[in-house]
This record gives sequence, C-alpha cells and structure tokens, in this order.
Amino acid sequence: MAERSRIDDKTGTPTVGHEWDGIEELDTPMPRWWLWTLYASIVFAIGYVIAYPAIPMLNSATKGVLGWSSQGELDRDIAGEQKRRAPIMTALAATPLDQLAANPKLLAAAEEGGRSVFKVHCAACHGAGAAGSKGYPNLNDDDWLWGGDMAAIEQTLIHGIRHPGDVQTRISQMPAFGRDGILQPAEIDDLVSFVRVRSGQDQPSAAAARGGALYTNNCAACHGEEGRGNRTLGAPNLTDSIWLFGGDRGSLTTTLINGRGGIMPAWEKQLDPVTIKMLAAYVHSLGGGEASPAPTRVAAAPQRVAAKQ
Amino acid sequence: MIFPKAVDGAFRRFKWVVMIVTLAIYYITPWLRWDRGPYAPDQAVLIDLANRRFYMFAIEIWPHEFYYVAGLLVMAAIGLFFVTSAVGRAWCGYACPQTVWTDLFQHVERWIDGDRNAQIRLQRAPWSLGKIARRVAKHSVWIAIGVLTGGAWIFYFADAPTLAPALFSGEAPMVAYSTVALLTATTYVLGGLMREQVCQFMCPWPRIQAAMMDEQSLTVTYKEWRGEPRSHGLKRAQADAADGPDPLRIGDCIDCNACVAVCPTGIDIRGGPQIGCITCGLCIDACDDAMLRVGREPKLIGYSTQADDDAARAGKPSVAPLRRMLRPRTLIYLGSWSAIGAVMLFALETRSHLDISVTQTRNPQWVQLSDGSIRNTYTVKIRNMETRPRRVEIAIDGEPALLWDERGSRETAGRAVQLAIDPDQVTKTQLFVAAPGDGPQHSDLRFTVRALDGDHASASDDSRFERPEETQ
Ligand code: SF4
Ligand code: SF4
Repeated sequence: MAERSRIDDKTGTPTVGHEWDGIEELDTPMPRWWLWTLYASIVFAIGYVIAYPAIPMLNSATKGVLGWSSQGELDRDIAGEQKRRAPIMTALAATPLDQLAANPKLLAAAEEGGRSVFKVHCAACHGAGAAGSKGYPNLNDDDWLWGGDMAAIEQTLIHGIRHPGDVQTRISQMPAFGRDGILQPAEIDDLVSFVRVRSGQDQPSAAAARGGALYTNNCAACHGEEGRGNRTLGAPNLTDSIWLFGGDRGSLTTTLINGRGGIMPAWEKQLDPVTIKMLAAYVHSLGGGEASPAPTRVAAAPQRVAAKQ
Repeated sequence: MIFPKAVDGAFRRFKWVVMIVTLAIYYITPWLRWDRGPYAPDQAVLIDLANRRFYMFAIEIWPHEFYYVAGLLVMAAIGLFFVTSAVGRAWCGYACPQTVWTDLFQHVERWIDGDRNAQIRLQRAPWSLGKIARRVAKHSVWIAIGVLTGGAWIFYFADAPTLAPALFSGEAPMVAYSTVALLTATTYVLGGLMREQVCQFMCPWPRIQAAMMDEQSLTVTYKEWRGEPRSHGLKRAQADAADGPDPLRIGDCIDCNACVAVCPTGIDIRGGPQIGCITCGLCIDACDDAMLRVGREPKLIGYSTQADDDAARAGKPSVAPLRRMLRPRTLIYLGSWSAIGAVMLFALETRSHLDISVTQTRNPQWVQLSDGSIRNTYTVKIRNMETRPRRVEIAIDGEPALLWDERGSRETAGRAVQLAIDPDQVTKTQLFVAAPGDGPQHSDLRFTVRALDGDHASASDDSRFERPEETQ
C-alpha cells in the first residue's frame, strides 16, 4: 500500500494516496456549487435558529428574535376568522329571534353556524343528525315537551332541563308511583293498559277501564284529561306515537314505577347568546320546528354579476 | 444560436398575414361585448373562474357541462390530425403560438441588430457601449412584448374594460399581476431565448406528427433528383466525369446556402425530411429567389408529397391536390370531427336550462311524527341556467305523500311547492315529505321541477322514500 499521493496521468488529478489491488482513489475536490450550497445552508440555518424558536431548553425552546410561535399564528388565524365573521355576528346579535326568519340570508348563516355548534356540543346526546335515542329527544320530529318554536327552543338551550343550579331551568317531575308506594303493581298494570289504549296501541279492555279511573285521579293533573300533555309542565302527550322512553308495556311499567326525568345542561354559562341563537335556529330548521310569526321570504334579489369586481 | 436571414416571397407574406390575424384575434377577443342581460357579464368570451362559468358568445357553459370543453379539445386534436395528414405540419409552420411569437421576436431582433450577417458580427464582437445598448434595447422590447402577451391573457378571465384600468392603478388582484409576470417570463424565454429548441426538444407534437403523416401528406421537400449534383462543385464534377463514360448531368442547386440561412430552425432541408423542419416554407421563398436569379425553374424546394416527389422523379404526372387530400385517412378524420361537432351542437341546442338534483338526508333516514306518519328530508338543488329569475314548482310522484319546504310546515303541505329561483344560479332548498307510516320500507319518489313562467321547461330526479323496518 503506497501511502503517497501522486498526480494521476490520465486526469491530472491528485490521488488520495491509498491503493488496493491496483485501484486508487482520485482526490477530486467537491464541486464548487455544492460547497457554496452547503455554506449557504449553514448561514441560513444559523439565521433561522436566531430568528425562530429552535433550541430546546429546560422548560421551553428559545423564543427567536422574530417572536414567532405556532400558537401566535393560530391566534392570528382565529382573530382573522372572527373579524371575517364579525358583521354577521353583530347582525345576529342585533336581530331578535322572531325576526330572524324575515331575513333569509341571516337565517341561513345562523342555521349553518348552529349546525357546527351542534356537532360539538349537542351531538353527544342527540346524535349527529339530532335523531336522539331512548331518553334523548329526537329534535327532527314534531313532538315537543316544552314547545318547538324558536323562542321555546332558545329558552330550553339557555336554562336546560332540570339543570341543577339554574333557577329558571325547566323542571317537571314524574312521580315514582311504584317505588314510592303510591300505586300497587296491579294498579300500575291497569294504568299501562289504559295508556296503551289511549295511544291507539291496544284494543279497549277491562284492565284499561280500571286504569281510566286511576288515570283521572293520579295523572290527569299533568297530562290532561285527554292525555294530550301540557307544555307548561313539560308533560308529554300520551296519545301520539312518539315515546321518549318507549311506549311498549315494559317501558311504560318502568316509567310508572320509577318516574322519569332526563337532564339537559343549561348552556348559558358555556355558550354566548349569539351561539345559542344559532343553535336554536338550527334545531328549529330540522323539520319539526313550529311556527312563531310566519316567516315571509323576501323575493330573491340575486346580485351576482360576474367579473365586475 | 440561429440567426435566420430575412427573406421575401409568397410564404413569407402569407406568414405575415397569419401573424397579424392570429395576434389580432388574441388581443381583440376579450374586448368584444355580448349582451346577456343584467344578471350575467357582457363579455363575449369570458372564463369566469370565480363563478365557474364559461361564456362564449351565445353559449354559456356550466361546470357540470365540462364535457363540452372536453369535446372541443377532442375536436381540436382530431382537427390537428386532419390538417396534419392533409397538409403536413401547417400548424407548426404558421399558426402555432410558438412560431408566431418567435417570428415576432426575430423581427424585433432584425430591426435592432440588423440581418443575419450583422447579427453574427455583433454576437462575435467584444462588449462595447454600442453592443450593450443594442442588447438592452432588444431584450427590453422582448420583455415588453411578453408583458403585452401576458397582459392580454388575463382579460379572458375578467371583465376587460374594468380590469384594464385596475391593472394600471395597482388595484387588480394579485393573481392578475402574477399571471402577467409568469406569462411575460415564459413568452420571453420561449420566444426569445429558446425558440427552435422548443420545437425540436420540448414539443411532443413532432413525434406524434410522424404517425399522422403518410406519403400523401404535403411537406416541404427538396427535389434532390433535380438539384443534385450541385453546380457549385461543377468543376470537380466535370473533372470526375472526364474519367467516366456517362455524360455529365448538372443539378439545379447552385449551393448558395440561402435555404439554410433563412431557416428558423437552422436545418438543411437538402438533407431530406427531418424533425426540425416546421414547414414554414421560408426556404422555398429563398430558393425560388435563387432560381429566379440564375434563370432556372422555381420550386426546386417546394411543397410536395412523398408520392408526388417519387412520381416526378420517375417523370410521371402528379395527382391533383384535392384528390390527394381526400383519401380514406383524412375522410375518417373529417368525418369523426364533424360527427363530434354535430353531436355537441345538438346537445347544446336541446339542453335544458332548468335542472334538479335531489339528495336524501341520511342522518336520520326517517323521522316518526306524532300522528304515526313518517317524514323524510331531502336537499334539493335547482339549477337555473337562464339569466333571469324564475318561478318554478317542485312536485312529487310516487308516494301518497305531502310535501313542504323549509318556509312551510306540515299544515301548509301539499303535493307541490312553488319557489322563486335566482337567475344563473343554483338554488338550494330543503324539502320535507311526510307519508303514512304503514307502507313498504323503500319506495320510489320522483321530484319534478317545472317552470311556471313561459317555456314549460321541466326536469326530474329520482329518489327514495324510506320507512322504519317495523312501524312501532
Ligand atoms: S427547412 Fe424550410 S420549411 Fe423547414 S423550417 Fe427550415 S425554412 Fe422552414
Ligand atoms: S437555396 Fe436552393 S439553390 Fe440555394 S442552396 Fe438551397 S436548394 Fe440550393
């Protein structure tokens, strides 16, 4: 192994001096452009480290002289988005709920905003499509315990149902007729028969007739003589085909024995009034919303004249 | 670097005409107006990206009708095949933007630097004040042409009379400026710096073209049988001939090299057909000039087909140009081109300006109402392609169901809803359909939209009505 560098005849380039089995390595210098790229990268890296957060320290990384942070960028993005939405938010804040329908554009914006808020806060209980499930009302249908116009929906959203700590929350209580010993099991059975007949699920029977008397004494105060419910008390209509906790014999018996009472949070503390307004508009738009003052749609006045901006 | 010599002649003049006409079309088109009423722009040709509309005179294309554009592209391709099989690379030589702009750039170059010899001299000369001045002038004019090229382009995408002043006052959108900058750069680089290299190395068309041409396609041909041996080397030829028995035949080519000097791609057509030849015909002009000067018959270089050239070599008459062009190959191209065009015209004429598309809400699929009936929800989009507001009615067929929209309610439900729809817009609305709860799990439901104002336009879309598996 010759360890001396020499000039290679063919290329005129010095060799590195090693030789293995007659094979030598040329000491070709690195291409200049490559070196300059490397140097430029080093300079850039130094500048970058100074300008941006880069070096990890004990608690946080160095701040960088530009003061940039991903959090700051996010804040800026959010601020920008809020600024973009500001006009519609202000308009929403200024528009009373019952006037919303008169302004289709604003209503559409509210419904759209409500849709996304719903996904975040409400879908966990009511489902992404607001179809509910046993114990959680379906918001698409036309059956409302507490009223289905926009104002009633908003009220429910603000104060919740049986929400502890909110004095204005909607409260109703179905007694636990069985557990508290108000009615005997046989009487409960008769009442169930009666309710099943009232709701058109069973044919009249002797048991139902016996249940009728019990109903008048125990239930009519809340659910009404006819069983059509009472919205001021949040008492469900027992004659329709929608059952929050089920309308079969077993479910009805459980209801009568234990009573029922779901809880819906009061959103007042967590959501601002405009957001609640948007939610009310969205829930109202699902198809079961009841008319407040009739919405009149303003004649379409499209102003899209392309390319003249 | 190629320094083509200036030349005059029939083809050069024809190229002038083509250049003026194509450039005029390019620059003037965005300024043509077309009255479309108050709800649509009045620019005759407009690619309105923001609102996704394409306007071309009386035609308005919506994004869902993009197949018209695809059809036009197919027609353009077949048209190019047709032209190529009939008259060779006529597109390359005369109408291709690369050719037109290169030609323009070369005229600027000649105007500033002088003709071929002066240009070569200047290129070799050391840097001096004069050379710098000429170079600065040339590149400035080139860039100016680039700016005008890019500047005209953006008018196709916005209202030209509005955009033009905005462009100068700095109020145009950023994308306008960046587009101008980009097209300035590409025009300058492709037309000024790369020129023939685009045709020879970048453009795929010459390669494809070879497959489109046959021995009946017109192309620029050097009549080798007539030109060779070149008389420039006459003395040597004569000396050679003195040794042999054959009488000397002198070709018509005087080897003046004019055909090579004028060629914008720098090739020698006497070497036979080659990929660099864009068939611009300038060598024909140059050689005709040479032939005229030495008193010989013109068209030593000329447009000819392979078959005709072979025939002429053998002393046979050539075929009439029209018969040559109309052969099965070109007729098939022409036929398919016309067929596509006819189908598109028919579709364009008969297309509906009112359209409906229905999407069923799947979450939830159905809703039980308190009276036991079932409600389904549908999102309905109505496309009004007329530039006027319309009144329409949406009705359902199929289920014994009631229908209402987001403004109505169950109490006002009926078999149809009426609504006002915006001009030149897609209007979206939510429809609710309620039907008795006892019925099949799925049934067909057809939504039909009908215009209530005048032309009875209508369109339908099919959907389904869903019920729970077992009604509770
Ligand atoms: S060979 Fe003749 S026709 Fe072909 S590009 Fe050159 S000048 Fe034009
Ligand atoms: S211009 Fe004509 S005569 Fe002159 S060299 Fe070319 S082919 Fe020959």
